[in-house]
Amino acid sequence: MSFSLRRIRSLVRKEFMQIIRDPSSIAIAIVQPMFLLFIFGYGISLDASHVPVACVTESNGLEAREFLRGLYQSQYFDPRTYGSMAEAEQAMIHGDVMAILWLKSDFERQVATHNGRIEAIVNGVDANTARLVQGYLIGNWWQWLARHAGAVGLKLEPRIWFNAEVRSRNYLLPGIIAVIMTLTGTLLTAMVVAREWERGTMEALLSTPVTIGEVIIGKVIPYFILGMAGMGLSVMTARWLFQVPLVGSHWLLLVVSCVYMLAALGMGLFISSFARNQFIAGQLAIITTYLPAFMLSGFIFDIHSMPTVIQWLTHIIPARYFVTILQTLFLAGDVYGIVVKNAIFMSLLGAFFMLLVARNSRKRLD
Amino acid sequence: MLTHIIALIIKEFLAILRDRKARITLIGPPIAQLIIFGYAATFDLKDVPYAVYDEDHSLASRELLARFEGAKAFRRVAVIQREDAVRGLIDTQQALLVLHVPQQFQSRLVTAKSAPFQVIIDGRNSNTAMLALNYVNEITAGFSADMARRSGIAGPAAELVVRSWYNPNLESRWFIVPGIVGLLTMVVTLMVTALSIAREREAGTFDQLLVTPMNPFEILVGKTVPGLVIGLFEGSIIVLLTVFWFDVPLRGSVFALYVGLLLFSLSVIGVGLMISAISATQQQGLLGAFLFMVPAVTLSGFATPIANMPEIIQIFTLLNPFRYFLVVVRKVFLEGAGVELLTSQYMCMAAIGVVTLFAAAMMFRRRMY
Repeated sequence: MSFSLRRIRSLVRKEFMQIIRDPSSIAIAIVQPMFLLFIFGYGISLDASHVPVACVTESNGLEAREFLRGLYQSQYFDPRTYGSMAEAEQAMIHGDVMAILWLKSDFERQVATHNGRIEAIVNGVDANTARLVQGYLIGNWWQWLARHAGAVGLKLEPRIWFNAEVRSRNYLLPGIIAVIMTLTGTLLTAMVVAREWERGTMEALLSTPVTIGEVIIGKVIPYFILGMAGMGLSVMTARWLFQVPLVGSHWLLLVVSCVYMLAALGMGLFISSFARNQFIAGQLAIITTYLPAFMLSGFIFDIHSMPTVIQWLTHIIPARYFVTILQTLFLAGDVYGIVVKNAIFMSLLGAFFMLLVARNSRKRLD
Repeated sequence: MLTHIIALIIKEFLAILRDRKARITLIGPPIAQLIIFGYAATFDLKDVPYAVYDEDHSLASRELLARFEGAKAFRRVAVIQREDAVRGLIDTQQALLVLHVPQQFQSRLVTAKSAPFQVIIDGRNSNTAMLALNYVNEITAGFSADMARRSGIAGPAAELVVRSWYNPNLESRWFIVPGIVGLLTMVVTLMVTALSIAREREAGTFDQLLVTPMNPFEILVGKTVPGLVIGLFEGSIIVLLTVFWFDVPLRGSVFALYVGLLLFSLSVIGVGLMISAISATQQQGLLGAFLFMVPAVTLSGFATPIANMPEIIQIFTLLNPFRYFLVVVRKVFLEGAGVELLTSQYMCMAAIGVVTLFAAAMMFRRRMY
């Protein structure tokens, strides 16, 4: 297969003119990522703060008040006082509070003999939030014990690296960018090639001296540029609007993003090689790339926690590697051990899709 | 008039189910999604890789670390001897946390001095980090109390006992899987309705429908019933799988669940028909469905709680029918709720349903002239 630079150049020019005339691909590359970034960026958060907690204190002693003071000062809790356990339980059933804290009337006496008991009930329906609330309560309890004269021996010293404020947005947004870029890259090529088939212009193109390789290159170049513009905009939005730190280097981010964009465009071309109309191509792009990228890439649900079979499945999802790289680049920096390994897998998958495209398209020429 | 509507309903069912491929896409992908998402969508920790850095080599340090080995949430991947090995392990994600017992841990512990126990955690995924830290906290607290009791020094002034209602083991699957009932019902119902008018418009049969003696409300009913039946059918299959495959307890009244499912389906159908009425092609219908679905799923509390969102977005979620259905399905499944606890959710969904269905009918009518 020989490539003519002149033909590719004119194909690229034709594609750019089409992009300008029919702004639907600009909508896919620029408007859609921004729309999704806003929705996900503001809508997805795992930081529970100001959790409403019912406090039932039958004791009014110093120790009880001291314990509650910790809750009132914490940004994690929004303590509300209830007169009895029955009232507090009603509030929990109606969803007004997430947890109940119960200090019984003989609390002071028990504490004096190191025999106290603080009871808490959390609403376990939202298990993740319940666990976080449980953790906050335990944290508050440790602090109370530490303030308590001459008490606890063992002192737990947690050091949280890379995300000291423990802000979930800091790791969710890089993952969201990966998910969005998966959809954007795939849709761009899948829809555009399907459109050519739909309108019959693909046949017209193929009857010219242009080779299929040149057609593919002529599609990839302009949409690569468009997709990268969307990527750049997303990174800037994450950086400036959502205040996510970017610890790693910009050039490394640029390199891996280019690799990933090629892989995503390849998936789109692959889809378009058997879906010849835009409707089916769009549906396939959403079902086969966007949904898996959302659920199985580890951007929100940790891959470690999935059953083994599903963990294997995640290996064939390119977004998985990009999510890992982006989370590391944004929060931990240029950890080559991670970036290189994942970039290799990502490019292998990308090359695999491109190869399939070349094979499928050749057949079509017969 | 009734015969008109019935004829239209039969015709709609045929249009949707005639094609074998279409029948398969209505059943296959949703069930595959339920199975995969049901297993993948979990916030629970399992086999968290950790490394041990023990400088004390004492009885106490060994006992403390042994407790981590026994825990199902953790899996030891390395034992290190030097401080500078920590960075490599955490950076490359071989270990999520490193447990560091400094020298003199035991001697400080038995003399009731403050004995530090350091935990270094990879915070890249802050949620996982927080949950792992909670486990560490629990194990450490248990160890601390036992040590105090055994060596005769005063234990903690008070212990903290946390119980959990409705979901005693705090399994996040119990939270996510009932939500999928709503998610997939919404996806299927929306697909069926959002494309229905657009498909007719593409084929040119919608104009034919409009010149028949049927009025817009009859057309509306004819278009609504098939979506409703398919939505309820699909929802029922997923409810059965949730109970019998995923073993999520269904504690409340099935009637209350179905009232919710009915009202939810109606409100989604209203949205779907509105999208369909304004789209000229199926492709636009699909785009409209996608544009509705992404915010509807994200801003519903399906995966992450509404309470964590910014104030303004929280107000915006009040327009989202999925938000209300999620409350219904979770309260019925896990909290054992009946109809009386859910009236406000029902009212909100009914209101959204009435408004959207009425708006859709108006949109058909305008298209007539």
